[in-house]
Amino acid sequence: MSGTLTRHRLTRHRLTRKRGPAAWLTLAALVVVTAGVLIPFALIALNAFKPPAQYSAHGPLSFPDGFYTGGIQEFWDTADFGRALWNSVLISGSVCVLAVLLSILSAYALGIGRVKGRTWILGAFLIANFLPQEGLVYPLYDLAKEAGLYDTQLAVIIIFTVIQAAFGTYLLSSVLGTFPRELLEAARMDGAGRARILWRVVVPVSRPTLGVLLVFFFIWTWNEFFLPLVFLVSNQNQTVPVALGTLQGQHIMNPLTTSGAALLGVVPTIIFFLIFQRTMTRGVTVGSIK
Amino acid sequence: MAETPIPVLQRRRSGAATRGAGAGAYLTYLLPAAVLFTVVIAVPLVMNVYTSFTDWTGVGPRQWAGLANYRQLWHDSEFWASMWHTLALVAAMAVVPTVLGLLMAAALFDVIAKRFSPRVASVLRACIYLPQVLPIIVAAIVWSWILDPQYGALNVALRDVGLGFLAHDLLGDPHTALLTVMAVLIWFQLGYPVVIFMAALQRTDPALSEAAEIDGATWRQRLWRVTVPQIRPEIYVVLLTCTVASLRTFGWIYALTSGGPGVATQVPSYYSYQSFFTDLDVGYGSTIATVMTLIIVAVSVMFLWVQRRHAG
Repeated sequence: MSGTLTRHRLTRHRLTRKRGPAAWLTLAALVVVTAGVLIPFALIALNAFKPPAQYSAHGPLSFPDGFYTGGIQEFWDTADFGRALWNSVLISGSVCVLAVLLSILSAYALGIGRVKGRTWILGAFLIANFLPQEGLVYPLYDLAKEAGLYDTQLAVIIIFTVIQAAFGTYLLSSVLGTFPRELLEAARMDGAGRARILWRVVVPVSRPTLGVLLVFFFIWTWNEFFLPLVFLVSNQNQTVPVALGTLQGQHIMNPLTTSGAALLGVVPTIIFFLIFQRTMTRGVTVGSIK
Repeated sequence: MAETPIPVLQRRRSGAATRGAGAGAYLTYLLPAAVLFTVVIAVPLVMNVYTSFTDWTGVGPRQWAGLANYRQLWHDSEFWASMWHTLALVAAMAVVPTVLGLLMAAALFDVIAKRFSPRVASVLRACIYLPQVLPIIVAAIVWSWILDPQYGALNVALRDVGLGFLAHDLLGDPHTALLTVMAVLIWFQLGYPVVIFMAALQRTDPALSEAAEIDGATWRQRLWRVTVPQIRPEIYVVLLTCTVASLRTFGWIYALTSGGPGVATQVPSYYSYQSFFTDLDVGYGSTIATVMTLIIVAVSVMFLWVQRRHAG
């Protein structure tokens, strides 16, 4: 063990010293690409708090000479942004919890119960998740109107619960397919029924995967645009992307409010990113590691 | 939408032993999903296909129209333009990011992490991934602001450094609009393959690559002959999810160009949205949507089939 460690350290040491011109060039190229990727973020940061007079005189590239929150405030009020934030939290929060619950139930039947034809059912779920939303939108709009659910957040919550659970069932079934059988047997011996085994054995053991799904469903639902755009027409019901998108569509934003709007749109997701970074990197690769 | 990581479909031991007694009893657990899927996915899907054979404004009764919508579609130059643009978007969202992402992941993994520090590699990776966490609509608003012909940062910067003659209304010119959208999409998409491929490289066997190196294989040969075959499952996943995402592109077009100028950046999802809610030609919108549904189902089935053959 210690032998491999030393060898490993030696190789690393040897490699660290081997920083030829090619290695430095690679590093330089990657740093340039990364800087390029970050430019839009830097521009938002540079302009969100810039006084309007300075913006019109010196444009978007000048360094701000004051701290001005008027642009953000103006946008916050026009878009009723506080409301939009709350709506997004409510919708994404409900969807992620409900979709994880629904995924657990169906994955229990497919991954552990191994009901007949599960390969086909799983394929159908995966493809359902891929379907273009324009292929569902009009009938859903029609049905929602008939059920009195048009322009309600409940309609959006139900639809995304199903769409996210389609993916969740697919992923969770393949994880539960490798669930240790001994644990199930042991629980059965102790006289636990199917429901008890699910909630007392399967769910606690799968908690890490369920956590990843929860985070993903939250962020995916937060970022959704097409269906919420169609379903949430009144301002008071809109999510953050819809509120931003409709304002953009009406061309009433000026360059000043746009940077403020962009900042308000970016900040929540950056916060999620930082909070969930570990889960996300784990999750984004969870599917491909197998 | 954000990317969907999907697990590689695996052939499992068919669980005769485990299925055994009372697998049917588990069906109860499938019931809620079955009901919800019927209402939210299956029924709307069938209704949409049915509507594509009718003439309908969205109110009143549908008029049976047979194949009229499909005939109209076949001769519709705007539809064909939107299909070509979709191919361009597949290039920008799937092909280019996969190739670039593979090179960058390999460089980060092989060169940066090993010769400099793993810390540097993971910081670069996180920065490149950052656009992926943004809602598409927010990213699109940021870019339409940067690309604004008068106040936008890009043209201002060009004028500031004396390259004013290069300043251009990139999104407003039919010759450059699609290319500009493609460039923005590459910016957005790149981080996803980089993250997936870096994780994939971590599970590859370093001994294989070292052996090839001792045998005198160049870095490029090792990448294509040794590394790529080992991470093939991840490459399929990335190609599939990115292709599907590009076929579904909507928010970018909605916020950046509205399909214009003219039809220079029109895409099928936006075209059907316009048919549904602006032109009130629901039958025609359903026809476009039906065609896209068929294409996406065909692409997914094909990918999954190829993937399973390689996994099994």
